[in-house]
Amino acid sequence: MATAALNIASQALDLTQPLSLDGGQRLDGVRVAYETYGRLNPDRSNAIMIFHALTGDQCVASPHPITGKPGWWLRMVGPGKPIDTDRFFVICANVLGGCYGSTGPASLAPDGQPYAMRFPVITIRDMVRAQVAVLDALGIAQLHAVVGGSMGGMQALSFAANWPERARSVLILASTARHSAQNIAFHEVGRQAIMADPKWNGGDYYAAGKGPEAGLAVARMAAHITYLSEEGMHEKFGRKLQDRSAKTFGFDADFQVESYLRHQGLSFTDRFDANSYLYITRAMDYFDLAEEHGGKLADAFAGSTARFCLVSFDTDWLYPTAESRTIAHALNAAGAPVSFVELSAPFGHDSFLLDVPALDRVIAGFLGR
Amino acid sequence: MTLLRPDLDLIAANVAPGSRALDVGCGDGALMAALRDHRQCDARGMELDPHNVAECVARGLSVIQGDADTDLADYPDAGFDYAILSQTLQTTKRPDQVLDELLRIGRRAFVSFPNFAHWKVRASLLWNGRMPVTRLLPVAWYETPNIHHVTVRDFRELVAAKGLRVEGEWFLSGDAQIGAAAATWRAEHAVFLLSR
Repeated sequence: MATAALNIASQALDLTQPLSLDGGQRLDGVRVAYETYGRLNPDRSNAIMIFHALTGDQCVASPHPITGKPGWWLRMVGPGKPIDTDRFFVICANVLGGCYGSTGPASLAPDGQPYAMRFPVITIRDMVRAQVAVLDALGIAQLHAVVGGSMGGMQALSFAANWPERARSVLILASTARHSAQNIAFHEVGRQAIMADPKWNGGDYYAAGKGPEAGLAVARMAAHITYLSEEGMHEKFGRKLQDRSAKTFGFDADFQVESYLRHQGLSFTDRFDANSYLYITRAMDYFDLAEEHGGKLADAFAGSTARFCLVSFDTDWLYPTAESRTIAHALNAAGAPVSFVELSAPFGHDSFLLDVPALDRVIAGFLGR
Repeated sequence: MTLLRPDLDLIAANVAPGSRALDVGCGDGALMAALRDHRQCDARGMELDPHNVAECVARGLSVIQGDADTDLADYPDAGFDYAILSQTLQTTKRPDQVLDELLRIGRRAFVSFPNFAHWKVRASLLWNGRMPVTRLLPVAWYETPNIHHVTVRDFRELVAAKGLRVEGEWFLSGDAQIGAAAATWRAEHAVFLLSR
């Protein structure tokens, strides 16, 4: 996806005011693309905002604008589903820095050229700022809930800490209050793979038609490993060979797991902008909610009256249970009503997106109140 | 509250309305729900079994998955009016330390436990020479989670040694409340309300 920002069919909000960023800059002409599902009730009290993950998008329950695949959380969001669109008005916006219609590095700067690396480095809180603007535009003073998994969970945490009066419930799945050294390390591998690709060209590749696809594919391959569990990978692939009966004594994709990762990497380049990947991973690396609040995580929630629910998965080694537990303890110390549960699921970090019936029950039960 | 287990029913009836309570080992949240719905309490829970936690969350209760032996340390001092430990003390690794934690976290603590000196238990040991399997202790010795059996007298002694105050005590035989007089051998189940 080397061309400049896509024109996505989602609704779009053009901010009339410049967005003040944590990095000190002000970003003019910000656009936020978003999708909604269900109906907002007359007193505007039934809205739920879902925050998407690193490579997600606003199409929670509608076909992907490029691949045509079903929405990424179709199993969770819809009429009669755990996030029931017969009851709730669901909003999901593409993050600032993204490549699905919201302003990002592929968008055109005031000079008519893509921002590329001139785009300011943004934070998770900056992303949330842009989405709060959507709530303002829709006239929603207080959400029934904010919901997010992985990076979406970081946004939900940031929302709860910085706009405490604007959500009654906060649901955080497979997430963390700060990026660990290991998290940062994996992201750095991905970024270096992109930047080492000559086609990256310092970020200026939009005019060339071809971007750093090889580098972006490697970044995705490395990241994809972190989304799965060892057990899940072993079960799915083991040491099985790909369409052959013997090793080739070469460097072709002999093993199924190699073939799978190569496919994941290549197909990712069709749907994601390499510079967006750099900016969004950077925002995640910078995320440390306690640091924003004087070093004490409990203080981040001092002003909160919301109910919280945290869910982790036993096979998730990217954001392991201990991270959710840390958040639960901080919320406890802050006196907030908090639930925490570690669910058992074989899919690693990706469990929050996949078939885990216990998760459906927890989400429906928590949001249903 | 009629559907509550008798010891939980006793606790629910003796919790001050509108108070803050932490139910340690809250199971499926039956007591918490009763405290919330009938005593207007701000009830929180801790529970080891993830299925039970999911069940509680689905009931709209605030429950944290955790282990009474290790995770009580994460709660701040005096954050609750009551810390409640029902039928769990005998399953903990260090009941004495758990008791300390309960009265650090709560200004008062409700503790209920099956009395190992109930006459049926005594009889089983005396006549059969066997570890008892009873209504309240239904699991054979080799697979029971009850690793620290305790009697009413043992408990009173521990409470006295720690210098704790007994603010209330209730005894159950079957589902009926009985007096304290012969509780040491007649009570199947004891409920104590303690403070520092």
